[in-house]
Amino acid sequence: MSDIGPPRGSGPLARTEARLAWGLLAPTLIAVSLVVILPLLAVFWISVKPVSLADLRAPEPVVREDLRGRPEAAGDEAVLRYRLRNSSPRSEITGVTLRDRWPEGLTLAGDLDPRCTLGGEELSCDLGTWEGGYRETLEIPVTVDQGFLDAERDVDEDPVAVNGSASSVLTDTTFTLANFRAVFDGGQFWQVLGATLFYTVFGTIGALVMGLFAALLLNHSFRGQGILRGLYLFPYVAPVIAVAFTWIILFDPFSGSANALLVQMGVTDQAINFFGARPLALVMVTLFEIWRYFPLSFLFILARMQSIPTDMYEAAEMDGASPFQQFRYLSMPQLLGILSVLFLLRFIWTFNKFDDIFLLTGGNAGTRVLTVSVYEQAFALSNIGAGAAVAVVIFGFLLLFSIVFFGIISREEGL
Amino acid sequence: MRHLRFSFVAGPLLGAFWTFVVAVTVSVAMSFPTGEAFRPSGLWSAGFGIVAGLALVGRGRAAIASAVLVVAVFAAFLAGVGPVLAGETSLVALAVASILLGVGVGWPLARILGALPMGALTRHEFEGAVILALRGVGYIFFTAIVVIPFYVMVMTSLKNQSELMRNPLDFSIDLSQGWGLFRSYVELLTRFDFGSYLWTSFYVSLLTVLITLLFAIPGAYAVARLRFRGRAAFSRSILLIYMVPMIVLALPIYIAFSMAGLRNSIAGIVMIYPVTTIPVALYMLQGYFRGLPSEVEEAGLMDGLSRLQVIWKITLPLSLPALASVSLYVFMIAWNEFLLAFMLLDDPSKFTLTRGIASLNSSEIPRQHLMAGSVIATVPIMVLFLGLERFMTKGLTAGSVKG
Repeated sequence: MSDIGPPRGSGPLARTEARLAWGLLAPTLIAVSLVVILPLLAVFWISVKPVSLADLRAPEPVVREDLRGRPEAAGDEAVLRYRLRNSSPRSEITGVTLRDRWPEGLTLAGDLDPRCTLGGEELSCDLGTWEGGYRETLEIPVTVDQGFLDAERDVDEDPVAVNGSASSVLTDTTFTLANFRAVFDGGQFWQVLGATLFYTVFGTIGALVMGLFAALLLNHSFRGQGILRGLYLFPYVAPVIAVAFTWIILFDPFSGSANALLVQMGVTDQAINFFGARPLALVMVTLFEIWRYFPLSFLFILARMQSIPTDMYEAAEMDGASPFQQFRYLSMPQLLGILSVLFLLRFIWTFNKFDDIFLLTGGNAGTRVLTVSVYEQAFALSNIGAGAAVAVVIFGFLLLFSIVFFGIISREEGL
Repeated sequence: MRHLRFSFVAGPLLGAFWTFVVAVTVSVAMSFPTGEAFRPSGLWSAGFGIVAGLALVGRGRAAIASAVLVVAVFAAFLAGVGPVLAGETSLVALAVASILLGVGVGWPLARILGALPMGALTRHEFEGAVILALRGVGYIFFTAIVVIPFYVMVMTSLKNQSELMRNPLDFSIDLSQGWGLFRSYVELLTRFDFGSYLWTSFYVSLLTVLITLLFAIPGAYAVARLRFRGRAAFSRSILLIYMVPMIVLALPIYIAFSMAGLRNSIAGIVMIYPVTTIPVALYMLQGYFRGLPSEVEEAGLMDGLSRLQVIWKITLPLSLPALASVSLYVFMIAWNEFLLAFMLLDDPSKFTLTRGIASLNSSEIPRQHLMAGSVIATVPIMVLFLGLERFMTKGLTAGSVKG
C-alpha cells in the first residue's frame, strides 16, 4: 500500500528555510522576551509582593568605626567603638559577621564582648541576626601606646568588613493581596477609570474626526499643499515634552497668552485655570491628545483617500450627486476600513498614554488616568507593589481590547 | 433648508459667517505680535458680511472687492467701528489690520460667491459654496492650532520673564538687543550643559537606529519571505507587543536596572530604546519587503547566492527608501523619548535632551529657558523631518501607526 496524495510533513528544503527563518528572528525574539515578556511576568509577580521603593536597595549591615576618649599620652584609656545598624527598617539580616584589622598600637584593656574574638592582628565578631531597624554600639575598652599616637592614624582607615545575608522582599515567599486592595479601595479607582475612559474615547474619536477634516482639506492639489501637509504633522513629530510645556505656558492662568486673548476678546472676564480645575483639566488633556495625534489619523486617511479611483466621483458628478452626497455615499464607505483600524489602534494607544498627562497636569485636578496612577503609586507613594497592581489592571484591559482588536482587524486587514 | 438655497439668502449668510471668521483670525493674528487690544465684533462683522455677500453674489471680482473692503474697513476703523475693534493703537497697525481684513474677506468671498447665479441655486451650487467657505475655515483653523503653540514656544524663548508677565500677548521682538535676544539659549548651552545633552541624545538616537535595523532587517525578511510554522502567529505578536504600554514595562525595568546598577547609565538606555522600536521597525519593513518582487531574489538564489547574500546584495539595496523612512521614524522615537529617560537617569551629566528639559521645569528657572530648551529639542527633529518628509509619510502609512 502506498500513500496517495500530496506529501505530508516538511521536506528538507522547507526545514532549512524554517531553520534560517528562526535564526534570523532569534535576536529579535531574545531581545523582546528580555525586555517585554520578562518584565510583564515580573509585573504580575511584583503586584502580589509588599514591595516599596526602599526595598529596592537590599538590606545590608552598616558599620562605623571610631575611637572615643581623646587619648593624649601613652597609657591613656579609650574606647574603640563600632556603631552597627541595619540599613533596612523592616527586613532582618541573618548571620552578620564583622572583621577588622586591629589598629596597631592599641591594647585591649578589659573584657572583650563575648561575641567577638581577637586573634593576633584581626578582630572578628559573630553578631547573629539583626532585626529590621536594629542598632547597636559595640564598645571595646583599649589603652593606647606611644606608637599609636605617633602614627596619627585614624582607626577607621582600615575598612571594616561586615557581611550578612538578607532575603529580599522581591524574591522571598511573602505574598499579599494588599496591593490590589489599595488599588480598588474607595471611590478613587472608579474615578481613575472614568477619567481614563473619557480621555481614551474622546481623545480617539476627536483625533479621528480632526484627522478626517484635515485629510479632506488636503485632498486637493493646490500650491503649498506639501507645505501645509508638513506643517500639520508638526504636533506629532515634535518631542512631547516640548509641546506639553508649551501648552502649559500658553494656558497658564496668570501669564498665559490664551487667557490674555480670551479676556481681551471679552469671552471671559477672569482668567481660567485651564490645567488646574476640574473638569476643565480633563477636557484640556483630551484636547491636547487630539491636537497631538490628529496628524497621524490625517496621514492615514489622506493616503487612503488618494487611492480611491477618481472616475467614481466623475460618474457621480455626471449623475448630479452633490458634494455632500458624494462624501456621504462614496468616500465614507471607502474610508470605513481605515477609520475602524485607526480607531482600534488609537484607542489602545490612547489608553496606554502616559507622558502627555503626566507632563501636563501630573495627574492632578481629576486627570489621573490608569497609567499615571501606576507612576503615582510606585514613585510618589513609593509603593511599587501597588503600582504593579495597577499595571496588571491595565494589562487586563489591554488583553480585552486586543481580543476585540484582532477579531475585527483580521477581517479588515487580512492579517 | 430650501429657503437657504436662494443666492440673496445664501450670499449674505455666507458673507456674514466668513467675515466673522476672518475678523477673529485677524484679531488673534494682530494681538499676538503687537500685544495690542484687537477684538472681533460679531455685530459689525455681520453687517459688513451681509453687505459684501449681497454685493459679491454672481460677480467674481476678487481684486476690486478686496480693494473696496480695505478702504471701507480702514474708514470704519477711523470711525471707531468695524468687524474688528481696536483699542489705542498706531495708524500703521490699523492699516495692516484693514489690509488683512479687506483682502481676507474680499478675495475668498468673491471666489466663494462669484460662481453663484442670481436667484434660486441648485443643491450642487449651494453645497459647493458652503464647502468652499468651510474649507477656508478649515485651513485657518488647522493652521492656527498648529502654528500658535510653536510660535509661542519660539517667541517665549526670546523674551524675559518680566516682559511676559507684563503683557502675555506681547510677542513683539526687541531687535535692538541684537544677540542678547538669544541669551536663554546661550545660558542653556553654557550654564546648563545642553550641549552635552544634545550630543547624548544624538548618539543615543543614532545607536538606537543602528541596533534596531540590525535586529529588524533579518527579522522582517524572515517574516515577509520565508515559510515557517508560526509565521502568522509571529506577525500578530509583533502587533500585540507594541500595544503593551511602556509604563507597565518601565516599572520592572526600573527595578531590574536599580539592582543591576544599570540605572543612571547610557548603556542601559541604549539597551532599552532599541527594543521599544524593533517591533515598529520590523512591522514597517516586513510590509515593504512583501511588496518587493520575489522573482529578483529567486533569480539570485538560482545564481548561487545564499539567502544572507540575497538579503545583503538584492533586498537591502532595493529597499533603501524604506530603510530611510524607518530610520527616520526610529530616530524620532528615540529623540523624543521621555518616560524611560526620566525614570532611569538621575545624574545630570548623563541626561538626554528630553530629560534635561524636564529638569528645567522648576519654579527657580525662568520659563524662557524651558522654552529655549524645547526649541533646541524640536528644531533638529523638524529639520530632519521636513527634509525627508516624503520618506517619513510613506514609511508611516506603509507600515505602522505607533504613537
